[in-house]
Amino acid sequence: MSLFDLTACEQLAELASGRTTSVELTQACLAQIDAHDSQVGAFLHVDRAGALAAAERIDARRQAGQALGQLAGLPVAVKDVLCTQGMPTTCGSRMLEHFRPPYNATVVDRLHTADAVLIGKTNMDEFAMGGSTENSAFQATHNPWALDHTAGGSSGGAAACVAAGMVNLSIGSDTGGSIRQPAAHCGVTGLKPSYGRVSRYGLVAFASSLDQVGPLARTAEDVALLLGAVAGHDPRDSTSANRPADEYLAQIAQPLTGLRLGVVREHFAEGLDPAVQRSVREALTVYKSLGAQVSEISLPHSKYAVATYYVIAPSEASSNLARYDGVHYGYRTDEQAMLTELESQRARLEAAGDEQGLAELDSALVRMYRRSRAEGFGPEVKRRIMLGTYALSAGYYDAYYLKALKVRRLIRQDYDAAFRDVDLLVGPVSPTPAFRLGELTDDPLSMYLVDLYTASANLAGVAGLSLPCGQSNGLPIGLQLQAPPFAEARLLRAAHMFQQATDWHAQRPALCSSS
Amino acid sequence: MSISPEQVLKVSRLARLELSDDELATMTAQLSQVVDYVDQLSELNTDDVVPMAHALDLTNVFVVDQVAESLERSQALANAPHADGECYLVPAVMGD
Repeated sequence: MSLFDLTACEQLAELASGRTTSVELTQACLAQIDAHDSQVGAFLHVDRAGALAAAERIDARRQAGQALGQLAGLPVAVKDVLCTQGMPTTCGSRMLEHFRPPYNATVVDRLHTADAVLIGKTNMDEFAMGGSTENSAFQATHNPWALDHTAGGSSGGAAACVAAGMVNLSIGSDTGGSIRQPAAHCGVTGLKPSYGRVSRYGLVAFASSLDQVGPLARTAEDVALLLGAVAGHDPRDSTSANRPADEYLAQIAQPLTGLRLGVVREHFAEGLDPAVQRSVREALTVYKSLGAQVSEISLPHSKYAVATYYVIAPSEASSNLARYDGVHYGYRTDEQAMLTELESQRARLEAAGDEQGLAELDSALVRMYRRSRAEGFGPEVKRRIMLGTYALSAGYYDAYYLKALKVRRLIRQDYDAAFRDVDLLVGPVSPTPAFRLGELTDDPLSMYLVDLYTASANLAGVAGLSLPCGQSNGLPIGLQLQAPPFAEARLLRAAHMFQQATDWHAQRPALCSSS
Repeated sequence: MSISPEQVLKVSRLARLELSDDELATMTAQLSQVVDYVDQLSELNTDDVVPMAHALDLTNVFVVDQVAESLERSQALANAPHADGECYLVPAVMGD
């Protein structure tokens, strides 16, 4: 059995027994990246030297008999939305192409404290806005199961690198489905924790009331291992929950007796691909055979989730992204060319005696902001900033933003009512398996609708997990489990039960065996 | 179109963005499409619903007001597109 076939938990045992070293594991990851990432495009930055040096240090400490952290020697990939001190953190944007953060995100600090080996930064839709990783300013990520298909998004790189066997543990972020949907499309397991479970300090903000950092891996066990290393209260994030994290890995093998699963009636409406529907139904049969009770349940406002989300998320984004002004960090336009153009515009307006044109003409500073942002942001980011600015502008605030906040409450109340009757909600992650690259790029609304089953968990703040439950034409299909806030342990135990009874999570794309 | 090009232009100024003529046309059509979709929220009666800005009911999270280490100026300026070692530099804000 090669290192490649082992899960992270199994690799930990090999490391502890001395049968392998962190350097060997890191080299195996780098070899897999070298073999396949030119086709997959999962990584934006691979820290070869830094990873090997960290692995050597951890091996030396182990040799010396020193106590080590819970991820001791395991390589981990980090989505390029989390600040890594001195290492590029681009968010998939030209705006931050040359940005080197002066500090680490709390999650990155915790990975270091746990003695993980940070192997590199993964590709994503620009500022985490998108569902296909095609909005990255640098490269598209290709699905390891079918290279002409997307890996999903926005954490497409984070999911694809696990699917392609480049690394076992990966950190993503999820604002409306950005961990769960790429996990589904790439056939891996991904968890969006409850809002507040994992620190957002050092996470580049997209929509602050919805963003959450979470783990991706092949198995629920490995997800539990990684969540345990990063979850918990952080005084530097005032919205992180001041309650201890659970012992996710220690509890995972305890089966849930009398598990009550609720199937969301609205998730089986029109638009759901028949193959996805079939796989989800088969998964329910598996759970029934494990003793779970399955009942139908309604989330009456779920059909409004996408509309609500696409008011709230862009509104928060338009405010958060106001910081990219070309002054403190990030891209700035060619100042001399900009000033020259502005002066000639002014001269033309003066010669024409155009008083109104002169009154409306940008100041040099405002033109610098506008030009820098126009050149630094891609089309989807501009669209969201425009949408959010519109929704928050005078005359529209009540009709859009305030209305959406009220519907958000109704969506949360639906969950609260459902969780009085059932322990977990179960259904599809995404209406279809992975779509082709380029298929939806000209149709923003259709791209937004892929968040249909995932966005409501972010709006409500509940936990959601995606795990592989089938395949259609060689493409993986994901099953979504949702749990009440802070019931991650329950979610992971339920996912583990399923993975003990099935082997969808153990399937590997053909690409993996061609090395 | 539920949104006019003039409105889009106005919003682009508020958002400190510049749009080319092509972008303006595309943006007007795409924003209209999304806003039309979002308008389905108006079907719902939300008169008695309290807005929910946040998933956690947190109020007033306090921290002890203590002096702590912060970034060195050189680190804070390291990513600036234009700086003189002491300050961020921007185009002249005051008149000539």
